[in-house]
Amino acid sequence: MSTTAPAATAGTKMDSGEDIGAIATIRLGMKYSPELREGIGLTMLFAIISSCGQIVVPIAVQQTLDRGLNAPGGPRLDYVAWMGVLAAVAIGLTSWASYAMTTRLFTTSEHGLATLRTKAFRHVHDLPLLTQNTERRGALVSRVTTDVDQVSQFLVFGGLIFVVSIGQMLVATVLMLVYSWELAAVVWLAFLPLFLSIRWFQKKLSAAYTVVRHQVGVLLGAISEPVVGAAVVRSYGVEDRTQARIDTAIQDWQNAYTHAQTYTVTSFSLGGLSAGLANAGVIIIGVLLGFTGDMTPGKVLAFAFLVSLFVGPVQMGTQILTDAQNAISSWRRVLGILETPADLIDPGPDGEVLPRGPIDVRFADVTFNYPDGPPVLREVDLAIDAGTRVAIVGETGSGKSTFAKLLTRLMDPVDGAVLLDGVDVRRIEPRSLRRSVVLVPQEGFLFDDTIAANVRYGRLEASEAEIRESATQLGIDDWLDGLPRGLHTQVGQRGESMSAGERQLVALLRAHLADPDLLVLDEATSAVDPALEMQIGRALERLMQSRTSVTIAHRLSTAEGADEVIVVDKGRVVQRGPHSVLVTQEGSVYAGLHASWIAQHSQV
Amino acid sequence: MTDDADSKGTTTADGFRVLWVGVKREPRVFIVATLGAVLFGVLTVADAWVLGWSTQHVLIPAFDTGEIGTDLLVWVFVLFMSVAILRAIGIVARRLGGGIMYYRMQSHTRRGVTRQYLALPMEWHQRHPTGQLLSNAYSDVEAAWSPIMPLPMALGTVVMMVVAVAQMFVADVVMAIVGLLVFPAVVVANLLYQRYASPLMTRAQGLRAEVSEIAHESFDGAMVVKTLGREVEETDRFRAKAQELRDVNIRAGRIRAVFDPALASLPGLGVLVVLAVGVSRVSSGATSAGDVVTIAYLLTIVSFPIRAIGWLLGEFPRSVVGYRRAKAVLDATGAMSFGPDELPRTDAGALLQVEDLHYSYDPDNPLLRGLDLEVKPGRTVALVGATASGKSTLTSLLSRLVDPDAGAIRLDGRDLRTLRKGELPRDVALVPQTAFMFDDTVRGNVTLGADVPDEEVWSALRTSQADGFVAALPDGLDTKLGERGTSLSGGQRQRLSLARALVRRPRLLILDDATSAVDPEVEARILASLRDDVHGAAASLLVVAYRKATISLADEVAHLEGGRIVGRGTHAELLESSPAYAHLVNAYEVDPEGSSVDAGRDNA
Ligand SMILES: Nc1ncnc2c1ncn2[C@@H]1O[C@H](COP(=O)(O)OP(=O)(O)OP(=O)(O)O)[C@@H](O)[C@H]1O
Ligand SMILES: Nc1ncnc2c1ncn2[C@@H]1O[C@H](COP(=O)(O)OP(=O)(O)OP(=O)(O)O)[C@@H](O)[C@H]1O
Ligand SMILES: [Mg+2]
Ligand SMILES: [Mg+2]
Repeated sequence: MSTTAPAATAGTKMDSGEDIGAIATIRLGMKYSPELREGIGLTMLFAIISSCGQIVVPIAVQQTLDRGLNAPGGPRLDYVAWMGVLAAVAIGLTSWASYAMTTRLFTTSEHGLATLRTKAFRHVHDLPLLTQNTERRGALVSRVTTDVDQVSQFLVFGGLIFVVSIGQMLVATVLMLVYSWELAAVVWLAFLPLFLSIRWFQKKLSAAYTVVRHQVGVLLGAISEPVVGAAVVRSYGVEDRTQARIDTAIQDWQNAYTHAQTYTVTSFSLGGLSAGLANAGVIIIGVLLGFTGDMTPGKVLAFAFLVSLFVGPVQMGTQILTDAQNAISSWRRVLGILETPADLIDPGPDGEVLPRGPIDVRFADVTFNYPDGPPVLREVDLAIDAGTRVAIVGETGSGKSTFAKLLTRLMDPVDGAVLLDGVDVRRIEPRSLRRSVVLVPQEGFLFDDTIAANVRYGRLEASEAEIRESATQLGIDDWLDGLPRGLHTQVGQRGESMSAGERQLVALLRAHLADPDLLVLDEATSAVDPALEMQIGRALERLMQSRTSVTIAHRLSTAEGADEVIVVDKGRVVQRGPHSVLVTQEGSVYAGLHASWIAQHSQV
Repeated sequence: MTDDADSKGTTTADGFRVLWVGVKREPRVFIVATLGAVLFGVLTVADAWVLGWSTQHVLIPAFDTGEIGTDLLVWVFVLFMSVAILRAIGIVARRLGGGIMYYRMQSHTRRGVTRQYLALPMEWHQRHPTGQLLSNAYSDVEAAWSPIMPLPMALGTVVMMVVAVAQMFVADVVMAIVGLLVFPAVVVANLLYQRYASPLMTRAQGLRAEVSEIAHESFDGAMVVKTLGREVEETDRFRAKAQELRDVNIRAGRIRAVFDPALASLPGLGVLVVLAVGVSRVSSGATSAGDVVTIAYLLTIVSFPIRAIGWLLGEFPRSVVGYRRAKAVLDATGAMSFGPDELPRTDAGALLQVEDLHYSYDPDNPLLRGLDLEVKPGRTVALVGATASGKSTLTSLLSRLVDPDAGAIRLDGRDLRTLRKGELPRDVALVPQTAFMFDDTVRGNVTLGADVPDEEVWSALRTSQADGFVAALPDGLDTKLGERGTSLSGGQRQRLSLARALVRRPRLLILDDATSAVDPEVEARILASLRDDVHGAAASLLVVAYRKATISLADEVAHLEGGRIVGRGTHAELLESSPAYAHLVNAYEVDPEGSSVDAGRDNA
């Protein structure tokens, strides 16, 4: 096709979340964790009551001293006793309110965050493969673990208290206005620089904490290297270099945090300066007002007390605001996952359901390139009849695995369409697609569990007898029976307690148990010994009779056994037909591959 | 680690012990931060004093006389502002110091933990899931040092408290004692808190690691999850753990919800009791009203420090648990020991001798049982064996990823265990069965940080037939590969992994089935160049292989079966003498005729 390929849409980058504003973050956060809203009114009420606790004691003390101890007729014990009882009751009440508030906050925020965590986790799996690969595993993990923990701290110890602080501040302002609008203006003037600078600080802090969260991801990535690549690091003796990389990541992390902390500290100490200014201002202006107006020393002093009621919440508020930036940037990163479009469009419930039975495949002028890369498949146009066994061969990097991934809709073509049973894969209901089409990828992966648990990924309800039966059909029952613990053998992390060949056997068994109508094998037996491979090959030949199968293999023995061979070269299908025909086409790619294969296997 | 019994009463002591480690490590920052906190504390008191002074010397005289000198007003301003500025300095020193100490301690511990990751043997790594190790290095370390942030504040206020207590005793001993009853009450409250919270914190920290494990594994296997459509089941698995963590957090939160207000209200209650006692003592003439005021005032001052100390102690359970988990890594033993021996500095191939080698993963099922093998300098030996016969295990013993249970492996006559660290990787290179790519550039992946000129890199790439695709990459050698090289095809990764070994010019090269994803044609070329040019054909070569081309390259073939080398000789000799060997390697030849006829039948 001569139409210029549209920009690749297959590899949308994982949204870092960095562009979500602070308020938007909170709003979005509430949307994804509706629990956070639950009973918020009541919790707020408790918060207000409990924050009154902070002034109960000072007031009680003042009253007791004024009216009890220094009462006109000498100390009044009864008044003191009453006051004490009253205050004790008030303390009890506010403590209880504080308990109720904290418990409720813990409950709602932990519920909300568990939901958020789970949704984000799920969404990662819903993202296209290529999008998943744009973020390091370690960073991705941190986005559903430590980042969420960070938010929980904020929700429990920050969010509400902040709202309450603002409330207290407003009430204090109103009280101050009632006493003297001039002095109130003085106080606000003193705090104006702080309030004005908040935005600036917030911006700086937001940027600084974004760097921090990014560095956390980098750090986790660096730490995972010697853990995941332990064998290579050891066998090549590159411990020092690996450590140097980790040390750099650790240092960068530390610098990022220190940098952010500098802003936090500066903004917080600025609050202290404003308070000093306000106090001085109130006294000075108060005195000056006294000469012209109706100000009295008592009023000035009372006003000074009001100022402290104002300063407390302001400082608490700025403190929370600065801490909040860390939490918000964490929150953003979690939400960023959820905001990343799952750009393989899910047809939803309207999607078509594939009928069971062998599937026919059609690639209609499929062109594909990886994001920012050159075309990997070009105008591939071919049909595979239902029930045939097709082998795909071609040089390394020619696009075979890419073909397999398009066929199983791990990615969508940039141009053209892939059709199964005449239906565009983009319109097939995902469950039905996964049910009918199974890919055994080139890189086998097993979960850290038993063989039985791993193969059950193919069919959840499979009984041990059924698994054994499947193994027999595949011709690998001897192997299974030879294992001391049989199906209960633990495979280790990523399957690393199995030999490479055994890992492939498990993956194959898993796919067979899934009982697909279209089975795509990408180098699925590359590490299995020839004798066993041939045995499996023969078994598959039998098993695939009522299905369509596409097999990618470097060992041409597979191609020799297939109904049809498709030869891929540099992203194009250059030859197709049965083995017996293709080998005779002299000078062709396939003839070359085959000659080399024969040469390798007949040398003695 | 989860031993609750011994963590109960001693959490507080342990918490201080952890902090003491930090103080010893970063004494200077600690002192600066603490001085800052003391300064802050002193100036908080000074603030009240300045207000008193202003009232007495400015406010009241001004209102009394109706006039005021400007100098006095300036004094008010100067006093308030100097206190505010000094206090701001105190805040900066305290918080920045606290922050820096906190980050530095985390960095120290992380450096230690990751050094352990690099030093501990493979066998240790196989026992510890990646997710858990990430969690140990990140969130456990963070938890361990979390009390550092509130530490200076707590200490600074202790100073304030001591001063206040002394003043109380000067004022009235009886009331002071009554007031001080607050302290044992605080201690008791705290002990109770630790007792109930510690086990929950331990559990929560463990669950955090488990959540991280699941996320890590699941994202690692995202392709399998996707191809089999197991998103729902994976999410359920994650959700179950996330909810368990949530519930534990809520329970811990509830305990915190009791503890926080209790601590906050204790001083208030103390003040009320003191007032009651004080007033009755004033009535009976035992003390003066002024002393009651003083003591009540001092107790209110003390109430803030008690809270700050509460914040500190509140972090202890989490800290102690995190520290223990990180310490478990730091204290893990079993790092490989090295000897003093060196290998000869020569370019000639190495002599490898394996004698009566025994190795088992599971003592009940020994894998290698008295294996003998020799690779003479400059010779090539092919190792052939069925799937899971122990070939990869042998290669990992040869490159000393693990040590044998019994028997010896000698290189140039020296037992591997007597070699100095770094000697073996210098001369022996293993190309593992599964290629591992670092999150680095092509060059970085080939040189692994060694200072190698580009020509040599290209020459290694040429030999492994990787030059073509590397040259086509957008930035050539400087192209970033992404985590685990996901942007390459399977065969391309294998070839880079091969180049990584070649560029080091090893004297013994071990290839563990390292060409399985490489097309026959390319493999033939690679093998040809290996044969002519492992640097003047001088290197010794041990290849695990099935392909006859590879096998026929070898001077000798060793057949591994039942944990021993059961046959040695040339390929022809073995074919003759061992039916098992013939069955294994001839598998491809027996079959093709039949199936190609088969394939030719139904397609034109
Ligand atoms: N880390 C491990 N823990 C426990 N058992 C293991 C571990 N690694 C390998 N095994 C077992 O040891 C046996 C030999 O494995 P090994 O990987 O050495 O085989 P191999 O000959 O290389 O096979 P392949 O040809 O499939 O690569 C297998 O049965 C395997 O399950
Ligand atoms: N995720 C990716 N991002 C960018 N480029 C990629 C990605 N995956 C593969 N490629 C490139 O696309 C081309 C085709 O890769 P593909 O994996 O389809 O090859 P292949 O035929 O399967 O090769 P092999 O036989 O080595 O497995 C290669 O040049 C490869 O570098
Ligand atoms: Mg491939
Ligand atoms: Mg192996």
